[in-house]
Amino acid sequence: MNQEQKAARDPGAVGVALGLIGLGAFFGIESFSIAVSPIYAKIGPTVFPRVVAGALVVLGLMLLRDAWRGTWRGETEADGRPARIDWQAALLIAGGLLATVVLIKPAGFVIAATVLFVLTSRAFGSAKLVADTGWGFGLSLVAYLAFVKGLGVDLPAGIMSGVM
Amino acid sequence: MSETIAHLANGFVVALTPVNLLYALIGTTLGTAIGVLPGIGPALTVALLLPITFHVEPTSAFIMFAGIYYGGMYGGSTTSILLKTPGETASIITALEGSKMAEKGRGAAALATAAIGSFVAGTIATVGLSFVAPAVVDLALAFGPAEYFALMMLAFVTVASLLGASVPRGLASLAFGLGIGLIGIDMQTGQARFTLGLPNLLDGIGVVTVAVGLFAVGEALHAATRRKFVGADEIVPVRGTVGMTAEEWRRSWPAWLRGTAFGFPIGALPAGGAEIPTFLSYMTEKKLSKNPEEFGQGAIEGVAGPEAANNAAAAGVLVPLLTLGLPTSATAAIMLAAFQQYGLQPGPLLFENAPGLVWGLIASLYIGNVMLLVLNLPLVGVWVRLLALPKPQLYAGIMVFAVLGVYATGQSTLDLICLLIIGIAGFLMRRFDLPVAPTVVGLILGPMAEQQFRRAMTIAQGDVGVFVTQPIAAGLLALALVLLVGPWLWRARRIA
Repeated sequence: MNQEQKAARDPGAVGVALGLIGLGAFFGIESFSIAVSPIYAKIGPTVFPRVVAGALVVLGLMLLRDAWRGTWRGETEADGRPARIDWQAALLIAGGLLATVVLIKPAGFVIAATVLFVLTSRAFGSAKLVADTGWGFGLSLVAYLAFVKGLGVDLPAGIMSGVM
Repeated sequence: MSETIAHLANGFVVALTPVNLLYALIGTTLGTAIGVLPGIGPALTVALLLPITFHVEPTSAFIMFAGIYYGGMYGGSTTSILLKTPGETASIITALEGSKMAEKGRGAAALATAAIGSFVAGTIATVGLSFVAPAVVDLALAFGPAEYFALMMLAFVTVASLLGASVPRGLASLAFGLGIGLIGIDMQTGQARFTLGLPNLLDGIGVVTVAVGLFAVGEALHAATRRKFVGADEIVPVRGTVGMTAEEWRRSWPAWLRGTAFGFPIGALPAGGAEIPTFLSYMTEKKLSKNPEEFGQGAIEGVAGPEAANNAAAAGVLVPLLTLGLPTSATAAIMLAAFQQYGLQPGPLLFENAPGLVWGLIASLYIGNVMLLVLNLPLVGVWVRLLALPKPQLYAGIMVFAVLGVYATGQSTLDLICLLIIGIAGFLMRRFDLPVAPTVVGLILGPMAEQQFRRAMTIAQGDVGVFVTQPIAAGLLALALVLLVGPWLWRARRIA
């Protein structure tokens, strides 16, 4: 380990390591709420979860050490600082998915997917709202017809059920 | 031997029916088309196209799948060479060396050597698969739960520790996948585990949701949040003579054969994967070359060898998948999920119970390779145009199909919430250099490993010694242990 590698600590990497430890703790603690029938007491349904929980905690601690020392870091800019993130783009994509969650049953797949399409292309810098809506609607409609009518896959029609 | 040929002949009878030929053609075409899109590797190609097989009869569905699998590999090489964006770790070298060739105006030759090399390697490796698989099946029939468990441990260790930059990070990714795999009903006792009281989680989180979340949503989040700060990818235009010169042919073919020789055996090992053979092939070509200084500047052997190795390994990976039910790559894990969707469990019994399906699938690999050669040589210009799709609409389309695939598998909006959460995890894994493949393999193999472990323990009446006293199981576990701690010891010795 040479001195140069002991670069600045990346708080994000520390966070990911802590997250793994937290996940391990969750599995470990929750494993106590699994009912165990005495017949299976020896190798019951809690053994594997506890092994996995232990592994997550141990590996999380190892990664925490690396992150703390600065030997494990996330992406960086050319100057070595943690890479910048366009949060607005992240929110647009996450918002698109959440909109789909809300819309897919009441409004139907085509409408939900169109909203997702518009928000995602917006996240990638497209400013052509009308064109994107058209492209998104067309693509979703074609996908819907191909999968539902052509392949028998079940997707909600929603408010367009009368039309299709 | 003669039995194998008879089986294979029957397989061709199945695969050559007009309907199955059509499915093979659809599979190879879709596989190439989706595989060529930047940011989509073979694993995501297979995951996204899983829903189209829902209502297709199993044999035809797997013939289409085989086409998608091989097609995704071919399409991925085109993207690697012309856009310098590898869709998976096994194409990194193709991307490095191939894009240099393209910059020097030999893009057409790079595409040709990749396609023909993939064909040669894929065909030889499929022959290998046809003859090795029955032998492994004979061996596997003697395997009990203890041996299967040991094999899975070996696969875990190699998938997590031999790939990627760091062993703890690979293992952390594996443990993450194992953790997701725990969610749902315990297969042996029927107890709900980690479902947070949500009935929709009783069936667990599907492989499609996880794969699509990690590969599609994770990639979209990563690309979108970095778009403003990094330069745009540039497509290197294909210039120069189409095809290869005599000199390039002469330099390519030994590299194809050597690449195949690395790819198939390593891929076929129950711990293989495609990354290692591509690196080995590249290093060998560099060592054997009279002009090693060309490597890194666009040497055709550096594309021919690794691409052949990659495709041969892809066929090799089917050996443990079909004969043992053991996936050793993310793509194979998703294929296994596809089998499970039909209630089929790959393994020695599948060869006995459904020979038409297994051999039809193997035979269709030969046919698919021929189709792909045609699709990728004369028609490569069509696929290149897909690279020019504008990024915003491309990713928007990927997201639409991600939602379609995930929702169609479970009809549950909770799956879409899981998709987002796993997508965020995929974003973090990209940013902090955690490999993604071990998560997918851990997710699907974890519950199987647990089941085999508990079965072995039940048979041995709770005696852990069963894993030490049975020679095959003990040997495999010892090998896994050596592979796990070996690199550490070796490194410690070098530093000391």
